[in-house]
Amino acid sequence: METLTHNIQAIPLNHYILLSSIIFSIGVIGVLIRRNAIVIFMSVELMLNSVNLLLAAFSVYRGDATGQVFVFFIMALAAAEVAVGLAIIVMIYRNTNSIDINVLNRLKW
Amino acid sequence: MSTFYFIAFLSIFFSILVITAKNPVHSILYLILTFFTFTIHYVLLNAQFLAIVNFIVYMGAILVLFLYTLMLINLNKESEPRKSNVVKIAGFVGGGCFLLTIIAAVKAFNISQPVVLNDPNLGLVKNLGKILFNEYLLPFEVSSVLLLSAMVGAVLLATKDPKTT
Repeated sequence: METLTHNIQAIPLNHYILLSSIIFSIGVIGVLIRRNAIVIFMSVELMLNSVNLLLAAFSVYRGDATGQVFVFFIMALAAAEVAVGLAIIVMIYRNTNSIDINVLNRLKW
Repeated sequence: MSTFYFIAFLSIFFSILVITAKNPVHSILYLILTFFTFTIHYVLLNAQFLAIVNFIVYMGAILVLFLYTLMLINLNKESEPRKSNVVKIAGFVGGGCFLLTIIAAVKAFNISQPVVLNDPNLGLVKNLGKILFNEYLLPFEVSSVLLLSAMVGAVLLATKDPKTT
């Protein structure tokens, strides 16, 4: 197991940063181009996960376990956020019979 | 070494499929695959606790919650109206500009030391638990209050108000 992880980990730190930023910008694009509220929520989850991966990679790079503790806190926060957000979406659907976010433009003014 | 690049390609591919799939159920299934590739990334980083927690919390709890909400909402009639092309192009340009900025910044820093695991029991449960319950005991307790309030809030929001109906 140790030889396995030693063989695998000669990856430059840059590649982890690039992977995380690519997935984060995919999440940003998903928030911008979709109108379904649930898909927008899933794009937010994608962004949270890319940040988690980057924190874990930096934690291993620095040899400091604090980054992984922060990932644990982010996961707890994501669980709370998803529960409240999906409850809000269900309530919106009950009131407007749609989860299109453009229906909610009455919040604009 | 090539395992990382293969898994990275898979995670980018599935996350593109998440935002382009027309049916929201397919989108959720691709999101499950994306999170599975993230779990493999954690295993490759030897962060075993995070791999298990990612597997249980994200793939087990959060995505089941998404699927359940989707079934509750009953969107099987392909009712999503498409956004106009101008908005789509603007979204791609915005995300692309963001990505370009980060890539240029990383190139300008020019750091590319390899990620080498010096301490083999860095991400194990024993080590993380010691840190979590010594230095981060107060945030841990506060996060339990956060989860409780989120649970109460979700129940309060999702139940029907008996006076209005």
